[in-house]
Amino acid sequence: MPAEPTAATLSEAAVAVDAVPRRGWRLPRFPLVVIGLFVAVAVVAPLLGLPDPTAQALRDRFRPPAWQEAGSWTHPLGTDRLGRDLLSRIVWGARVSLAAGVLTVLAASAFGAAVGLTAGYYGGRVDAVLMRVTDATMSFPVILLALILAVTVGPSFANVVTAIAVILWARYARVIRGQVLTLMQLDFVAQARIAGAGPWRIITRHLLPNTLGTLLVLVTLQIGYVIIVEASLSFLGAGIPPPTPAWGSMIAEGRDFVTSAWWVSLFPGLAILLVVLAFNLLGDWLRDTFDPKLRQL
Amino acid sequence: MLRFVAARLLQSLVALAIISVVVFVLARATGDPLYLILPMSASQEDFDNARRYLGLDRPYLEQYLSFVGRAAIGDFGTSLRARRPVSELIRERLPNSLKLAVFAMGVSLAMAFPLGIMAAVHKGSGLDRLAQIVSVLGQSLPTFWVAILLVEFVAGRLQWLPAGGIEGFTSYILPGFTLGWFVVAGLMRLLRSGMLEVLDSEYVKLARVKGLGEGRVIWLHALKNALIPVITFAGIYFAILVTTAIVVETVFAWPGLGRLAYEGISSRDFPVIQAVVLTTAAIVAVVNLCVDCLYALIDPRIRYAR
Repeated sequence: MPAEPTAATLSEAAVAVDAVPRRGWRLPRFPLVVIGLFVAVAVVAPLLGLPDPTAQALRDRFRPPAWQEAGSWTHPLGTDRLGRDLLSRIVWGARVSLAAGVLTVLAASAFGAAVGLTAGYYGGRVDAVLMRVTDATMSFPVILLALILAVTVGPSFANVVTAIAVILWARYARVIRGQVLTLMQLDFVAQARIAGAGPWRIITRHLLPNTLGTLLVLVTLQIGYVIIVEASLSFLGAGIPPPTPAWGSMIAEGRDFVTSAWWVSLFPGLAILLVVLAFNLLGDWLRDTFDPKLRQL
Repeated sequence: MLRFVAARLLQSLVALAIISVVVFVLARATGDPLYLILPMSASQEDFDNARRYLGLDRPYLEQYLSFVGRAAIGDFGTSLRARRPVSELIRERLPNSLKLAVFAMGVSLAMAFPLGIMAAVHKGSGLDRLAQIVSVLGQSLPTFWVAILLVEFVAGRLQWLPAGGIEGFTSYILPGFTLGWFVVAGLMRLLRSGMLEVLDSEYVKLARVKGLGEGRVIWLHALKNALIPVITFAGIYFAILVTTAIVVETVFAWPGLGRLAYEGISSRDFPVIQAVVLTTAAIVAVVNLCVDCLYALIDPRIRYAR
């Protein structure tokens, strides 16, 4: 006679089911390691004992990386035009880039999701007006707005984040609205309404949770994009103003010396490439795993 | 169809109106341009005269309306710095930008189409792997960094191609590829996923069962429908191309609209900034309009859904 299933055997069964390898569920190691590393380094940057990223030492200018003949391990990645330590500048630059990426995307996604939810829920004229504004925003080249803002109010971290977020939200609004339109036709929304739920409750409790997966995918994919835009702006001199170390402006500073001191421009570019690549790969993985229908984003 | 086009045209105009207001307000917020154009020794009287001469003393609404009215007929005023009509500057620079954009778009299409389609047809093969690497790299490489490296190695050390400026066909190659790189990645990805979906559908199976050759099935039956998502995103990719062009034109010293914007902003040249942004926005709007009409033409469902 088979034993009664106890709590223990049940949970064992559950574990067994979980243990069946599900396709596409392997965690992407490369992106997680890279992102984890950069985030960790950025967070503990002041504790790493690196030289001051803004300290100039003109006698040490243009020191090549340590593995080059004239290099030394005091400056593992070499120094720039003003003798500042490149490794330290890249580490501190990671703070700027990651903070800009995360803050911008959070602001943009919160606003965009709110617009998308409102437009999708109310439909009709509200939807028409909101979507026109969204379209207008989408067709505005981000860098132009950021350049204008940089000159009008002066280049600063806050302006970069604002300029990008002010354009970027439109993408979220479009995608979320599309999803809400589909959700609105499902029974559970009608049932919630019959149960007496008001618009606020339906939007926050029923619609929003169903769009979170999409939001997560979009957010991850766009952090990389924002980091590139921020770097482009800093490169053009309209982003994070010196002496704050930012990857884009570091590349710009090294631009005139690429022939003799290639490392000044090369390493910050590699840092951008690595981080953005990691976020894109993670985003791709999240999308393929949780939301395959979003393939086209 | 006509109603759809009319409604869509109206939308574009509204969008342009919103952008013109934003541009006007932002440009006026850049601070007093007179400090830049008048010498240090200018007296209060000089300031007043200049302000009146440039029309900066009139009410904002009046300034805005006259700005829009004149912009509609292509008159963007005089560049505060170059002291020349802005429309002349735009006429000089716009063709260069368009030529570069068309070249870049052509390169992107020529690369993205075969690669994207073949990647889907031979899913999981080495070619597919290569396509995926190209697509991920394309979206992760900072354009300006690639541009600098290309200038240094291909133009500087190897001396294969010119480093900048616009002289002859060879000067198109580096900026064109740099500009097209991102678009290649996006287009290829869209084509691949579109093709994968379509190749799995019933009508493609039917076409095969009918005995059609594989070439005909792929290039005629499948591709037609896989193109729909590509067309939807074409407008967005064009806007990205325009944005990227500012950076690319700056690095390669390309005398186009993007560099004009950069120069205009660094010298606080209101009329130039307004003109460049509005021209760009108008171009993007027109392209989006065409894309949507094309879309509605191909896919009748769109015409009635809106």
